[in-house]
Order: sequence, then C-alpha cells, then structure tokens
Amino acid sequence: MGTKTSEKTDNSLANDAIIEIIEIHKWFGDFHVLQGIDLTVRKKERIVICGPSGSGKSTLIRCINRLEEHQRGRIIVDGIELTDNIKNIEKVRTEVGMVFQHFNLFPHLTIVENLSLGPLWVRKVPKAEAEETAMFYLDKVHIAEQAQKYPGQLSGGQQQRVAIARSLCMNPKVMLFDEPTSALDPEMIKEVLDVMIELAQEGMTMIVVSHEMGFAKSVAHRVLFMDFGKIVEGNTPREFFENPQNDRTKLFLSQILH
Amino acid sequence: MEAYVQEKPVEALKPPVTSVGVIGWIRYNLFKGWFNSLLTIITIYCLWVIVPPLIRWAFIDSLWVSTGAECQQANGACWSIIPANIRFIIFGFFPYDQQWRPLVAMVLLIGLLFYSRNRNHWKKSLLYAWLIGLFVMGLLMKGGLFGLSPVESTKWGGLPLTLMLSVFGLTAAYPLGVVMALGRRSKMQAVKTLCILYIELIRGVPLISLLFMSSVVFPLFLPEGVTINNILRAQVAIILFTAAYIAEVVRGGLQAIPRGQYEAADSIGLSYYLTMRLVILPQALKIVIPPSVQQLISAFKDTSLVVIIALFDVLRTTQTVLSNPKWMGFSAEAYIFVALIYFLCCFFMSNYSRRLERELETGL
Repeated sequence: MGTKTSEKTDNSLANDAIIEIIEIHKWFGDFHVLQGIDLTVRKKERIVICGPSGSGKSTLIRCINRLEEHQRGRIIVDGIELTDNIKNIEKVRTEVGMVFQHFNLFPHLTIVENLSLGPLWVRKVPKAEAEETAMFYLDKVHIAEQAQKYPGQLSGGQQQRVAIARSLCMNPKVMLFDEPTSALDPEMIKEVLDVMIELAQEGMTMIVVSHEMGFAKSVAHRVLFMDFGKIVEGNTPREFFENPQNDRTKLFLSQILH
Repeated sequence: MEAYVQEKPVEALKPPVTSVGVIGWIRYNLFKGWFNSLLTIITIYCLWVIVPPLIRWAFIDSLWVSTGAECQQANGACWSIIPANIRFIIFGFFPYDQQWRPLVAMVLLIGLLFYSRNRNHWKKSLLYAWLIGLFVMGLLMKGGLFGLSPVESTKWGGLPLTLMLSVFGLTAAYPLGVVMALGRRSKMQAVKTLCILYIELIRGVPLISLLFMSSVVFPLFLPEGVTINNILRAQVAIILFTAAYIAEVVRGGLQAIPRGQYEAADSIGLSYYLTMRLVILPQALKIVIPPSVQQLISAFKDTSLVVIIALFDVLRTTQTVLSNPKWMGFSAEAYIFVALIYFLCCFFMSNYSRRLERELETGL
C-alpha cells in the first residue's frame, strides 16, 4: 500500500495535479451521497461546483479535508493519501483551507486571535509573528481596523472575510469554499466575492461550491454540475453556460438563471 | 395607494407625567388593577406583623455580651452565645493555645482566593503562590516541623475543616468532571462506557451513603494495619460525588456548541486536544457557569453531611456548643450565626460567577 501511494505521488506531481479524487463513494446510512466521483484538480486551477441541494457537492469538498470520511476510492491531496492516519489528516488540513457557509468563527476570541490561533498552535510560530501574519491578511480582506473586536460585533460579510483571512493565515495550497455567500444578506455578497476574486487573481487553487454564476463565469477555469451524487457535466464556464449538453444541467440552469 | 415620502423629521414627544417618576412607579408596580392592590395590602400587613417583633428580638431586647444564666432571664436574642463560644465553633478541638495556626491558614486561604478572583492575576506566579500557600497551610495545620507542635488530624474541626473540604473538594471535582464529560462524548467505546458507568453509579447514590462507604466499607478492603485518614476519605468521597454532577453539567455545555466550531477547528489542523482546550471548552464552560456554580454551591453546603462520619465541621461544633447545659435553648441564635457564615460563602461564589459571566461576554 505504502509503495503504491508513493508511486501515485510521483505521478501526480509530474502532471501538476494537487488533488486527485479516484472513484470515491460515500453513504450516509443507506443514502448513497457520492456515487463514484473522479476529479483531478491541477495547481492554480479554479473550479466551481454547482448543483441542486442534496446532490453531494458539499459532501464532496468536505471529503477533501476529511471533515467527511469517504468509504470507497482514494483521495490524494498534495501527495498525501487520506486514510485513517490522523497525523496525515492533520497535515492535509494545514495545507487545505476551508471557508464555511456559516463562517464558524470562534466567538470567544477576538478577530486577530481567531486568525493567529492556527499559526500559533499548529505551525508553532512565535506570537508576534503570528499576529503580524494575521494583520497582513486582515489588511488583505480590507478589515484591519476590526482586529480587536469579537466576531459577534461584525456583520455577516465582514465575518466571512475574516473567515477567509483565517484560512489564508495557514498559508494553504488549496482553498475550499462551501457556499460562502449563501448565508449573507444580498448587499454583503459582493464584498466577499471581491475578496475571492482577488485571491483568484493571485493564483490560489480554489474549489468553490456556489450558485454565484457571475463569479463562476469570471473566475472559474472549470464549472462542474453535480446531481444525485455524480458529476453530470463539467466544462469551461463559457461552454457550460452557453452550450450545456445534459438535460438536467439545462433544467438546473434554466431554474437559477431567470 | 397614495405615494408617501416623509419630508420633515418627526418631533420627539415626552411620555405622560403619570407614567414616570415615583408616582408612576408605584402605580405601575404596586397598584395596577384590584388584584395587585390587594396583594400589596396583604404584603404590607404581613410585614407589619412580622418585622417589628423580629427587630425587637434581634436588636433591642437582645444581649450581646453576657453569661448563659443572664440570657435565661432576658426576652430578646442571646447573641452572647457566639462570642462566648466563638473559638470552639470556629476551631473545634484544635489545641486551644495553638489556634492561631488554623486562623493564619484560613486567612492565607481566603487571601489567596480573593487574589485569584481577578483574571489578570492568572499567571504562572499565581500557581507557585498557591503551591507555597498549600504547603504552609498544611504545615500550620499538621505541625511537627520548625518547632510547631504536631496536631493529630482527628483534632481538626470547625470552619477550617469546612473550608478545606469544600475548597479542595470543588477545585479537584471541577477538572475531574470536565474530563468525565469529555470521556462520555468520546468515540472510544471503552472510555465512554467507563465514564457513563462512573457518572450514573455515583449520581444514583446519595452523598451520605458514599460517605458511609468511605468511612465504614472502604477500610474493610484495606490490608490489616493500613489506615487512611478519615478526613482524606471524606474529601475523596466529596470529590467523586461532585465530579459526577459537574460532568453532566459540562456535557450540557458541550452539546450546545455547534458542529461548525469543531469543523472550523479541524479545518485549520488543530488536534483533538487543542480543539478542546482552545475552542470548545472555553465556550462550553462559559455557557455552563450558572449551573456549575449552582452545583458548587450545593456541594459546598453538602460538606456539612460529614458530621455523620464523626467529623466536626462548623455545623457540628455549633451543635456541640448547644449541648452545653449553660447555653441550652439558644439554638436559633447559634444556627443564625452558622447560616450567616454559609450564606457569605455562597453569596461570594454566586457574585463571582456573575462577574465572570459579564467579563466573558463577547456578544455572540
């Protein structure tokens, strides 16, 4: 098993892939959420995944940092295969940042403490340096003046930008976004998307579960459509929106692009 | 519908006079409707009947410094029972000429507790202060070093014993309870089963029976000639008992933490231990401050149950004074005094818990 993994590793590095998902299946009880997904994500690639609720898109990206466990198939992230090995899981998690629908900031810590927690305790960076990094990324998401506040004192859009900065502080190789704008009031969506676009322009590898089709069109290299636990269609945004092939994709697009 | 746009700002109006000020307050709170008025009148009548005689008994007709014989003649309260017996009530059978030692130990303990109130003082130096303080307290109580005459722990009693059982009982029970709560939610089946067994078994028995077991049953299992100090056994029983309750309180707090917090901690690569220590427990323990303090207060008062295994805590020393023929019949005064001691300690705890809640409030 070990040698096989390392062979795979060499391969994946050679063809520039950072995430390889090979034929994974997952069940919640009897419910077959992921029904054999294959996906290779290359370095600096930006992928938007859309699809109806319950199609398994969130579950898929949550498998990539092992918030959910897959039951069959293989997931290899930056040369490390995700197995029960907790050390490997923690290693992958430090390389993969995640932004949640409901922000999930730590409410008992100030903004700057939220950001420096990971560097301080996981990367074991000195406190002054961790706070400096925190301020750098807060500045990047245009929110440095809120550093000493608590999450509860910020608006939803601000909280989500802090959450993005918190992930960036770990200096991740990949960023996962799980419906980052779905819980926001309409007037706050843009400020979060703007930060994500800036991130994209800097060459971050991103996998975004979202229904923000404008974002997908302008930023994504590939748009994937998932339904009933499978990737039904995947194409460049232009082809995907202008010339969808699958009937279910067409139906879905007609429902969300009024 | 006609279009409407507000052009001028609306002027602010003052509330009507009858709804503000003293008259407004009285009208609203005491005489709102006939039923409220009736209740107010009945309450005033009851206070009129009860309060003046009580004040006369406690303060006007009362004796503060006198002998027991003089008290028998008087109509009012005989507070003299307290000053006349204060040293026995507080220190029990501790040798009379050595009673400064438990006094210094208590002052040290209370001083340390007060100093620890402020969270800004929670540094490493405070830990050392406590370690040194504990050593000095133990030395003062037990003696046998530095020219202090040794005192058997069977002679310890009164308020120092009550404080010792409760302060050490509660400080040891709390972390143990937290560990049990985490254990009960563990994914490791063996750990989980053990914690459930522990919690349910201990919660299923009254403290009295635990104390009996520790003093009567437990020694039967020890080899011949080995004895374990009676106070220590009571202390362990109190710790084990309180920990089981704290565990359930803390578990409630853990359940209130949304799954997103665990996931966020996981996603930045924190280990289980760090997730608990940095993210989950600080939030969960804050939520359960009110029920934990409730549990600690109740455990503090339960330490008085150690009388049944012949330890002389402050309640038992008071009862002993009352069995002295010279002071018979003044139990009300003596018990009010002990109640006051208990009340002060409990009030301190609940006051501190409210202060902690305020300090830890972060708005989400």
